[in-house]
Amino acid sequence: MSAIISVTNLSKKFRDITAVDDLSFTVNEGDIYGFLGQNGAGKSTTIRMLLSLIKPTSGNINIFGKNLQTNRSEILQQAGAVIEKPDLYKYLTAYQNLYIFAKMSGIKVNRQLLMRQLEMVGLSDRAYSKVKTFSQGMKQRLGIAVALVHNPKLIVLDEPTNGLDPQGIADMRNLILQLSKEMGKTIVVSSHLLSEIEIIANRILIINKGKKIVEGTAAALLDPSKSIVQIDTLNNVAALHLLKQSRWAPFISTSINTIKIQMNKNDIPELNKYMNAMGIGILSIQPRHSLEDYFLSLTTQQQHVDPITN
Amino acid sequence: MIKKNGSALLLNSILLFFVNTVLQAQDATALVQKVKNKIEMVHDYEALGRMKTNVSFLKIPVATVKIYFKKPNKLKIKNEKGISFVPKGAVSINLNNIVGGGKYTVLDAGTEKIGGVTVRMVKLLPDDDNAEVVLSTLYIDEANLIIKKAKTTTRENGSYELEMTYGKYMEYGLPDKIIFSFNAKDYKLPKGITFDFDDGETAKKTEDKAKNKKGRAEITISSYIINKGIADAVFNN
Amino acid sequence: MWTLLQIELFKIAKRPRTYIAFVAIAAIAFIFQFAFKADGQSYIDLMMQNVKDTFSFEREKAINGYFMCYIILNTLLIQVPILVALIAADSISGEANMGTLRLLLSKPISRTQLILVKFTAATIFTILLLLWMAITALLFSIIIFGADDMLVFRSKGEESQILLITKDDIIWRYVAAFAYAAVALTVIAALSLFLSIFAENSIGPIITTVCIVIVCTIISNINVPIIDKNVKPFLFTSYLVGWKGFFYIGTTEDGETIKGSIENWPAIQKSLFILLAHIVIFVSASIIVFKRKDILS
Repeated sequence: MSAIISVTNLSKKFRDITAVDDLSFTVNEGDIYGFLGQNGAGKSTTIRMLLSLIKPTSGNINIFGKNLQTNRSEILQQAGAVIEKPDLYKYLTAYQNLYIFAKMSGIKVNRQLLMRQLEMVGLSDRAYSKVKTFSQGMKQRLGIAVALVHNPKLIVLDEPTNGLDPQGIADMRNLILQLSKEMGKTIVVSSHLLSEIEIIANRILIINKGKKIVEGTAAALLDPSKSIVQIDTLNNVAALHLLKQSRWAPFISTSINTIKIQMNKNDIPELNKYMNAMGIGILSIQPRHSLEDYFLSLTTQQQHVDPITN
Repeated sequence: MIKKNGSALLLNSILLFFVNTVLQAQDATALVQKVKNKIEMVHDYEALGRMKTNVSFLKIPVATVKIYFKKPNKLKIKNEKGISFVPKGAVSINLNNIVGGGKYTVLDAGTEKIGGVTVRMVKLLPDDDNAEVVLSTLYIDEANLIIKKAKTTTRENGSYELEMTYGKYMEYGLPDKIIFSFNAKDYKLPKGITFDFDDGETAKKTEDKAKNKKGRAEITISSYIINKGIADAVFNN
Repeated sequence: MWTLLQIELFKIAKRPRTYIAFVAIAAIAFIFQFAFKADGQSYIDLMMQNVKDTFSFEREKAINGYFMCYIILNTLLIQVPILVALIAADSISGEANMGTLRLLLSKPISRTQLILVKFTAATIFTILLLLWMAITALLFSIIIFGADDMLVFRSKGEESQILLITKDDIIWRYVAAFAYAAVALTVIAALSLFLSIFAENSIGPIITTVCIVIVCTIISNINVPIIDKNVKPFLFTSYLVGWKGFFYIGTTEDGETIKGSIENWPAIQKSLFILLAHIVIFVSASIIVFKRKDILS
């Protein structure tokens, strides 16, 4: 599996603010690569650096095995992007917009090709309507059409579900899966909608305050042996004291009135027995295996969990 | 004996002087009349010429003009093709205006040399106190009965000067070349109307700029059509 | 590049605001033509106040198509910079405002190419504006008022002058004047383009361009010696009216005009050179700044 994108030690400083801090990651061919982080974590900045919209302060970006800075044109001919809400020329029709951007992508353009693209995104009947009459969902779809018209190998989607209704989000998800599975595209998708990423991405990068927190396959990150179990007892102080002397000690994290342990969820009965034996009354033991909690635990806790790499 | 002769001589001289003066005055009047008769032989003419106007603030090309004259005092200078600036006093270049108007008193003012030729100077004082012309000084070539120069002071239009050069139309008293000098008020553009291109140069200051705002028009005439009749309509604006 | 230019021109042609400029020019020309048809003689009388006493001249012939065009251009070329800025200042900031800039720059076109294409498109728009001016201000004036010799009123230092250019010596001067005006207005376009890079909506660059032109024009016309010497030669606005130089006909020592001549051709050449230098500077600066800019819109 060859690396389509290879980023090493990427940093970006805006005056005093470090938006991206020594970030390194790899996107392999065929990946649906999920880029996760809270708002302001540095996702958009990183994506814009991948598309040469922002110049890195330091670090290296290689795409298709070539340095981005020196081979920009060549690389971008093979890449398509939807950056946040796709904005197009409102005073032009869908067809005209697609025509313009197709031409700029360096391909030979004909009516058939453009109509096929519009059909693919369900806009063929609105081809000659001005974009200012489009809903957000329709603009999103047109944005996708623009990103795909030149049949790029790499597709970058920055917050593609922003402003979409649930149906729109579902449509977007299906399209991404289709592009990957049926057309073999490599896709980088950034979002703060963790539930969506959870469903479609096979590899995930989580960043916070510009730094990489963890990178790995979704499977590894959602491994039941790496569940976060939340414990609530009658005496949390005593319970914590006890747990710190147990084999689970290195995997404890605390926040207000809750104790969390990263552990295999199959060990919960053992934990329950241990706590009972120690005389601690259990109120609840809850395993959380969604990415959301994993993400929350990683990004809000003070302790840093060992990175799990693949 | 000698004393008696000296007195006689003095008396004779005085007598001669007075007789001469009277005779000369008569000469001057007769001379002007002869010139006037000659000029009045021309009832009308159409002249083709080139007019070059030299005024400090006017930058214009030499204009091809037609000059129409009809007795007694109709004169028009026309530029058939474009725009031309004709000095208003140009009506005076019609010499009829100078010599032909009403009655006047002629005074002999001696002689002068113009271009190496001796000319008679006469002053004309119109009898009519309300006449446009207040005073004219004519410099007349006696032999050819032509006016070589005229200085005129008018009531309304300031004073001006005419210098004439004659050629093949001398027998009609019509000049080949007229140089007309007049007073031209300085011209000032209303401020702020034009945003001009300042090319860094200022206008060349002519020597007589501030004091002597004189203008000059030089008309060189190539041909006259004389006494062939001209319609009055030609002189309308 | 040619494809990109076609796309740019297409986008400009499709925007309604593009046509405001053409309508405005036609309206101004028409207003002047109407006013002068109604009472142009008063203007001539005003300009020729004391000359009228000494000279008679064909007043009616003075108000002709060539004369009218000069008057209209005199005003238009103060307002047209705003109309040029309206389009040129939108070059980059308009794209940023619409949100299309990030999409444009994620395409395989270089930033240098984009700036050059935007500049070329703005220049073509400017030339079309001038062609339109030639039609409305010159051609229509000739149709309405006819053609004849042309009077030009001029202040030269402390002196005022009236120049007369014969009918057959005018058209080439207008061709040259329009060509010069094209260069002058292209400076405005280049300045607007440069300012456009710093903003995310076009109002800012438009207003800034207009303010710069107005302030510099005022300074250029202040007539204070210390400014005339040390500041004026360095302001590009001092050279914007250089087109008039084509109508300052050369004269002999006697003041007789010389057909087909220009009084101070070196001055016009120098002005042209300075304007062209400004264009090069503004466009180069645009490219340099734009290449470094982080696209955050």
